[in-house]
Amino acid sequence: MNVFRFILQNHDQVLELTLEHLRLVGLSTIFAMLIGIPLGIVIAHRPRFNKPVLASANIIQTIPSLALFGFLLPVPWLGDRADRLAILALTLYALLPIIRNTYTGIRGVDAAVIEAGRGMGLTESQLLFQVELPLAVSVILSGVRVAVVISVGLATIAAAIGAGGLGEFIFRGLAMVDDRVILAGAIPAALMALVADFSVGWLERRLQPQ
Amino acid sequence: MQPASATAVIEFRDISYRVADTQVLSGFNLQVQGGETVVLLGRSGSGKTTSLKLVNRLLAPSSGEIRVNGMSNAEVDLIRLRRSIGYVIQDVGLFPHFTIERNIGLVPKIQGWPQERIRARVEDLMQMVGLTPEIATRYAHQLSGGQRQRVGVARALAADPEILLMDEPFGALDPLTRDELQREFLLLQQRLDKTVLFVTHDLHEALRLGSRIALMEAGQLVTVLAPGEFLRSTNPLASAYVRAFGGGLESAANRGTS
Repeated sequence: MNVFRFILQNHDQVLELTLEHLRLVGLSTIFAMLIGIPLGIVIAHRPRFNKPVLASANIIQTIPSLALFGFLLPVPWLGDRADRLAILALTLYALLPIIRNTYTGIRGVDAAVIEAGRGMGLTESQLLFQVELPLAVSVILSGVRVAVVISVGLATIAAAIGAGGLGEFIFRGLAMVDDRVILAGAIPAALMALVADFSVGWLERRLQPQ
Repeated sequence: MQPASATAVIEFRDISYRVADTQVLSGFNLQVQGGETVVLLGRSGSGKTTSLKLVNRLLAPSSGEIRVNGMSNAEVDLIRLRRSIGYVIQDVGLFPHFTIERNIGLVPKIQGWPQERIRARVEDLMQMVGLTPEIATRYAHQLSGGQRQRVGVARALAADPEILLMDEPFGALDPLTRDELQREFLLLQQRLDKTVLFVTHDLHEALRLGSRIALMEAGQLVTVLAPGEFLRSTNPLASAYVRAFGGGLESAANRGTS
């Protein structure tokens, strides 16, 4: 198995690029959650913002990733460092599943439960934090899970603009026409996606109400 | 306009409620005295549920005002108003992620009662509505429909509100369980003396539980009658109800006033 020998021989670099990759995915997912969950809550409560917000997130999703990285390159401050740019782009891509699932999760809470809660005199924030979010949390997390898995894959393309990550191996391998080098990037990335999928999925089941 | 009564606990004054082009309620006036059970009786769409939701201000009237204990309910603090009024609905709306105990104790808890007092109160309430103590740590989906509605009633009573709003609370139950809960409601009401506004489309239930029956049709109050009067009423709508429900009504009316 040449690939594994190659990975072992270059384990320092594989580890370094894996950590870089993890950083890109991790930070962008955190930012996307910080933006996407509140936005999802807002549109679940104010239906008139629902269409424009979801449509915008949808449109972002349709922009080819390589093009988006390219568009952002000339932006001041952001364009100074490729990793900033990659994190922004990945954040934008992660928004749609997170916003949509937050919206779906909160709208899915039984109307009678909300009515009873409001009728009992819960304030809107008590209703949100004690009822709506706990009941929606597993749906929201399943959106996060989709976002992370997409991000791990997309982040490989960030190497094209010099943002680092496991994509470095993939692009280098393509240039060298060397499968071993491509796989040295692709295999850790695939494993990372699987681990992320599994662990967020586990959390999702743990936090499922009932 | 009717003269304001000093003793009315709930008073609807010239209420109208419109949604878009639909007039849901118009010219609605009603007084509910302390300790009585007024049943709003009418068919679907007659405006009974809307009237109920106006009291705890889940809905706000298009015009007119609702007074609760002599104060317009638009002028008092909304959250305080709702916490002083128990609310029971047909679908119960128990919080599925809370244990039964936590469901019942929620309002006391957010009002900052000490832990021990909440526990004691929950225990009392569960006994009062006929629930066995081992149910306390279960979840709503593990209970039968009848048990769930008992929890709903216990939860509404938790902070000892003076007023209880009940929207077809027994409507989704099987006839035997419904009969049982109606009987227990009467016993409870004798003991607790709450001011109750109760919505139903079931004349049987109205006669049995109501001190007075407010008959509604197409967003208007047709007439308000005591159960005995209702049976003898010459009002065409009231007699249509009596005809539609047929036999056994006398006994229901008698139990209602016992």
